[in-house]
Amino acid sequence: MSVLLKAKIAEVFEEPGCDINQGKSEKERKKGCTKQLNPGAAAGGCAFDGAKIALQPIADVAHLVHGPIACEGNSWDNRHSASSHSQIYRTGFTTDINELDVIYGGEKRLFKSIREIIDKYDPPAVFVYQTCVTALVGDDIEAVCQRATEKFGKPIIPVNAPGFAGPKNLGNKLGAEALLDYVIGTREPEFTTPYDINIIGEYNLVGELWQVKPLLDALGIRILSCISGDGRYNEVATAHRAKVNMMVCSKSMINIATKMEQRWGIPYFEGSFYGIGDMSDTLRQIAKLLVQTGAPTDLLDRTERLIEVEEARAWKRIAHYKQRLAGKRVLLITGGVKSWSVVAALQEGGMEIVGTSVKKSTKEDKEKIKEIMGEGADAHMIDDMTPREMYAMLRDARADIMLSGGRSQFVALKARMPWLDINQERHHPYGGYEGMVELVAEIDRAIFNPVWQQVRIPAPWGEDGETLGALELAGVQ
Amino acid sequence: MASVVESKKACSVNPLKMSQPLGASLAFLGLDACMPVMHGSQGCTSFGLVLLVRHFKEAIPLQTTAMNEVTSILGGYDNIEAALLNIRKRAAPKIIAICSTGLTETKGDDVDGYIVTVRKRKPELADTEIVYVSTPDYVGGFEDGYAHAVTAIVRTLVKPLPLKADQVTLLPGSHLSPADIDELREIIEAFGLTAVVLPDISGSLDGHIPPDWRGTTLGGTTLEQIRAAGASAFTLGVGEQTREAALALQEIAGTPLEVFERLTGLECNDRLLQRLAHISGRPVPPKYRRQRSQLLDAMLDGHFYTGGTKVAIAAEPDLLLAVGSLLHEMGAELRCCVSTTKSAAHALLPAETVILGDLEDLEKGATDCDVLITHSHGRQAAERLGKPLLRIGFPVFDRIGNAHRCQVGYRGTMALIFEIANTMMEQIGHHHATDWPLTPEALRAATHGATAGAPVSPGPITPSLAEASA
Repeated sequence: MSVLLKAKIAEVFEEPGCDINQGKSEKERKKGCTKQLNPGAAAGGCAFDGAKIALQPIADVAHLVHGPIACEGNSWDNRHSASSHSQIYRTGFTTDINELDVIYGGEKRLFKSIREIIDKYDPPAVFVYQTCVTALVGDDIEAVCQRATEKFGKPIIPVNAPGFAGPKNLGNKLGAEALLDYVIGTREPEFTTPYDINIIGEYNLVGELWQVKPLLDALGIRILSCISGDGRYNEVATAHRAKVNMMVCSKSMINIATKMEQRWGIPYFEGSFYGIGDMSDTLRQIAKLLVQTGAPTDLLDRTERLIEVEEARAWKRIAHYKQRLAGKRVLLITGGVKSWSVVAALQEGGMEIVGTSVKKSTKEDKEKIKEIMGEGADAHMIDDMTPREMYAMLRDARADIMLSGGRSQFVALKARMPWLDINQERHHPYGGYEGMVELVAEIDRAIFNPVWQQVRIPAPWGEDGETLGALELAGVQ
Repeated sequence: MASVVESKKACSVNPLKMSQPLGASLAFLGLDACMPVMHGSQGCTSFGLVLLVRHFKEAIPLQTTAMNEVTSILGGYDNIEAALLNIRKRAAPKIIAICSTGLTETKGDDVDGYIVTVRKRKPELADTEIVYVSTPDYVGGFEDGYAHAVTAIVRTLVKPLPLKADQVTLLPGSHLSPADIDELREIIEAFGLTAVVLPDISGSLDGHIPPDWRGTTLGGTTLEQIRAAGASAFTLGVGEQTREAALALQEIAGTPLEVFERLTGLECNDRLLQRLAHISGRPVPPKYRRQRSQLLDAMLDGHFYTGGTKVAIAAEPDLLLAVGSLLHEMGAELRCCVSTTKSAAHALLPAETVILGDLEDLEKGATDCDVLITHSHGRQAAERLGKPLLRIGFPVFDRIGNAHRCQVGYRGTMALIFEIANTMMEQIGHHHATDWPLTPEALRAATHGATAGAPVSPGPITPSLAEASA
């Protein structure tokens, strides 16, 4: 690993915005904030995966993966981050290195690849992702990118987060570092307003940002840049001129918020678009911080009035379901910010949370859960539940529905219980007031589908096909 | 027939190819009570797992040795040992199947040696079979990884046994679905033969509801069945990719073999039934004589829609050959063929060239074609070109029922013909009055020397016509 990358990792492990991190000794901090992986019992993506998730939503950029075919060939076009403009981010670019590149190094192929992309697609920038093999053979992507930037007169951005550097979460942060080092602050916006904000850590999955943007638009609040959902390279480059930063996905890109505060004095807060109460709090926070940084105070009143109208409308729409869903028990297997933001949302829909996983949650996330769930929250926080345990819980009907990511869906389906996707592969947007109505509607649609009665009908002939009932029906005595 | 052209591009755009370890993992997923493991960083497994889940819509047992920077450089022995022990403890599989990745191959981990050492050090693993295959990401592709994995299973677990005259070994290629395997098994059994299918994803990835949750594969070739392959009277391979394993079986147990380059089409299935009749000494069952006749009829009904159709197709070598050859036999023209790696199958493809390239090459070659045929990643190209996409192979993540799509045997061939013909039928447009404009030359000829007052133009002049004559 390059000295540069090592220093970078040490740097992201030193996080002033994180209480746990600050509570650690110098030595502990060096180890980082992620648990050591257990060979043969590990799950989840690598650092490269994390960096790609964090940056790929910048839609007008060509994302070039420097490595063997596995890294891009096995993974491209697998998320539903939406774009209102360019579609080039969905194009899979990879150097697809071969054996000779491993032996002689792949830098020349990388440089040629960048040239081909610029010739054919002419994007405003190219992001180059390092991977394990090319890191191990010592390809210096920073040098290649620097040379290419000079040669082609376009920003060619190295993203140094090879898979073996650590898990997905670290990759999110290393991706964010690339933006801090090479992108943010490199351009000036055409104009600024007292209402300019950045949204950090929002990936616009299935267009969720667009469920929230009309609210901001109505208040006259401008999203100067969203990092990175529906992003434009040139907007991200001007992010340093925003008045306020909102950090969405828990800690995944906290380093952007804290460093922008250090460098440009931009205050930040952590908010969520999931859940009615959370959405309103977020709007209030944005308004408050904008007013503190110089926006006219009428923004506060306008925000309150908008919240009033929107909340009333959302509650009215949810009321229809609330009666049907009251007391339905939900098993929530997700991580980070969703472990609490979705909890509040579900409770608003009248549901009971029988378990929420906190494996990937921070201490603050856990505090939030306690705050929201009140007494007995501890009992419902699941640290590490095996699929077998989840399956047993559903089969024994100790929950009515499971909400989780795609790869654990079969735990529920094979137990013949309803399941709803709430991770990145989902097809329904759940942001803002609109999204919460949608989430509740989807849960209702899942739970009350008559198919559950059908699939639970036992076969009349039993497991072995030979019970008496079947024999009688067949006319055999 | 096709000559192979390798892409000269440095940058692969919209990859068609997937990696060797992923193909190897699919092979291992066809073994019962098995836990496949990728020896690499956790991302290697995570990406493969997500893709397999999206295609099969099934839980996929797939583990990782979770290599990090330090263990990559110092060597992965400790990670392999820890992974084996952890998996043994948590899931208790009968077989743990390991494939290497680009990362560990670059370093040069001697996994064969590691396994010998683990066996000595950890007697608690004595009840678990361990299979290992070397599959660097930067060599070959999905199909190669699968082929090498099947060979590794054979070489590790099959021993020569006394001959069972009524047993055959079926080696399905990676392009066969669970339904394809079921179909072939049914055909083989119709001759009174039993089939050892290796590997058998029809038992594990066919989408059934198991009675309980298991951390390992939910079915497939059992360890006993794999070992029993040493007694088979014959080996039937489907796809050139199975030749390597079929030859290994011949070398180990002396089993004679035939590799069918494909089983999608008429004549190749005739050969299969003939072969089975020969092995079993039984005539072809009436059921298949009937099905053959049905297929002939389907070919007659279908050829109206496939004849003259210009096709752009991209797939792994054996699947390309299977679907491409059928289309050719039905009168379609293979205008653009793209594949992933070198294979003896390309020599048989009825096309001028086959490009070893990506979906950008397909998109470029498809501009004057009527239909695109490739995996789901072709959807963006099809959308841009405004042409229909017929999804084949792996991954197909935007359609369900992939496990139950059958494209082999007379019946499967018939189903595929219907699918293709129906896709083309949907494209038949309505004609308009202005579809056949006359040439300017014809117009001039018709109006030259016309008397004043006579119509100067024969019928309405369309904008395009007016432009053309201007």
